[in-house]
Amino acid sequence: MEAPSKTKKQFSIIGSHKTKSVVEVTANIIFIVCAFVAIIAVLAITVYMIYSGAPALFKVGILDILFGTTWAPTAEDPSFGILYIILTSIVGTALAILIGVPIALMTAIFLSEIANTKLAAIVRPAVELLAGIPSVVYGLLGILMVNPVIYKLEKFIFKDDPNHQFTGGANLLSAVLVLAIMILPTVINISETSLRSVPQDYRNSSLALGASKIQTIFKVTVPAAKSGIITGIVLGIGRALGEAMAIVLVCGNSINFPLPFNSVRTLTTAIVSEMGYAGGLHREVLFTIGLVLFAFIMVINILLSTVLKKGGKKDDK
Amino acid sequence: MKLKKVGIFALTAVLSLGLLAGCGEEKTDNTSTPEASSDSSAASEENGTVDLGGAKITMSGSTSMEKFCSALTEAFNADCNAMATAEYTGSGAGIEAVTAGTVDIGNASRALKDEEKANGLAENIVAIDGIAVVVDKENTVADLTKDQLISIYKGEITNWKDLGGKDEAIVVIGREAGSGTRGAFEELLEVEDACKYAQEVDSTGGVMAKVAATPGAIGYVSLDVIDDTVNTVKLEGVEATEENIKSGDYFLSRPFVMATKGEISEQSEAVQALFDYINSDKGQEIIAKVGLISAK
Repeated sequence: MEAPSKTKKQFSIIGSHKTKSVVEVTANIIFIVCAFVAIIAVLAITVYMIYSGAPALFKVGILDILFGTTWAPTAEDPSFGILYIILTSIVGTALAILIGVPIALMTAIFLSEIANTKLAAIVRPAVELLAGIPSVVYGLLGILMVNPVIYKLEKFIFKDDPNHQFTGGANLLSAVLVLAIMILPTVINISETSLRSVPQDYRNSSLALGASKIQTIFKVTVPAAKSGIITGIVLGIGRALGEAMAIVLVCGNSINFPLPFNSVRTLTTAIVSEMGYAGGLHREVLFTIGLVLFAFIMVINILLSTVLKKGGKKDDK
Repeated sequence: MKLKKVGIFALTAVLSLGLLAGCGEEKTDNTSTPEASSDSSAASEENGTVDLGGAKITMSGSTSMEKFCSALTEAFNADCNAMATAEYTGSGAGIEAVTAGTVDIGNASRALKDEEKANGLAENIVAIDGIAVVVDKENTVADLTKDQLISIYKGEITNWKDLGGKDEAIVVIGREAGSGTRGAFEELLEVEDACKYAQEVDSTGGVMAKVAATPGAIGYVSLDVIDDTVNTVKLEGVEATEENIKSGDYFLSRPFVMATKGEISEQSEAVQALFDYINSDKGQEIIAKVGLISAK
């Protein structure tokens, strides 16, 4: 009668060699499979983007697509020039970085160097919350808050200009402002982490040499955290370049040269706004736009990894 | 090894998600088919469903009718066990094809010309597409002529004061290239690819929201979405109502024609069943669902 209960208790951590090796092997395989999912996804996306984006490049002509300025995909004699769309993506991202990065950097410095724990406890959750807000909400807020203000500004500036086409506030400037706010959490978080990882000895030495707190921050701490800050900026660029949902709501979406008060279209919004009903060559060209965007993001990523490598080498010295 | 299988299964599932997403809408309500087949002739009178035993119907024509035709063929094929297929080659090509007899039905998003009718085509208007012009609530302009509308969209008139309204810049809002509403609007005003849009919005609801929120905005939407967040403009003094569109007084509308060679009664059983289906409650429901006006 006692035998069954005894056999139950016989399980031990040592177990049999067989069970142990089965668990080890299975776990190993699961890890490998999971790792391959990411690789397969990247490969599949790359192959698919080239497969579906490249044919239109040759059908329309590479120069006609990349350097053409007329986008009339549904005309009798369609033209698919996306130069203004590419320029908008570049200019819009650059301006958003120009506005967003200084604010983000100052916030990061404030959080890691200046703020006392109580104040930081209020600001940091706010930044984290900013990161969690869905991009479409940014877009809606842009429609409700940014567009009307920008439209007032537009009316004021172009009051006497009969040639200006009024955009109702949906223009490059609105898009840039929304983007600048959207990249804040990315840049702040990464910059702050890298500022915090600067050894306290650096600061102490600087202060001991008679440098003020602000001098220490800008001459010692920030340069020491440079590679981390640059990583944050590059990720911010990626975020701004790839954003579609918020921008499509506030940028106006007509194709014009990217001037602040022009209605513009970016690479991402060009795809999302016309994918719904596009057919034939039009659809293929939209995939080509995706390919161009993909190429941009790849360049950013390669840039990021070189920056990271450089940073790593520096730390080794 | 069980875990390994689970892992592989999960991987397969992830990879095939993309494929599945593309064909998620395939399954439609099939329940009416068996009961219809038991008593097909009686059923056809009541709800337009008969069992056609997989009979083929070919259509080709207007790209603007794609939304309507794909909804129609999907429902019709499921309910009547038929194989109706539609190609979207343009109204002109559709008419040519039906005249030549290569398809059963030629779709045209315009009225047939006299010479086309002379070729023996019957103009079967199945639905009417109506477009309303909307402005923001504050706008005092209530009536526009066709020429004024063209000038606004071409960017020749840029201020409402030139049209008898307030001194307010006109913000020209339209739909994205490829949209059926945009196609119809530009075609009816003959301003194809000549429009200077300040904003291109990718949905009807988006146009409504933008027009409602932007002072001085003007936009166009299909008639069925009009509500009181915006003002609907009269065109040539005619209000955008279903009655005015049916009577032909409101110019921003066009018929959706499914032309057949000869009258419907001369067509095959399957084609007749399709027209019966359109005129049934189910067909009319589809017409309303894709934002069209019944031609009945």
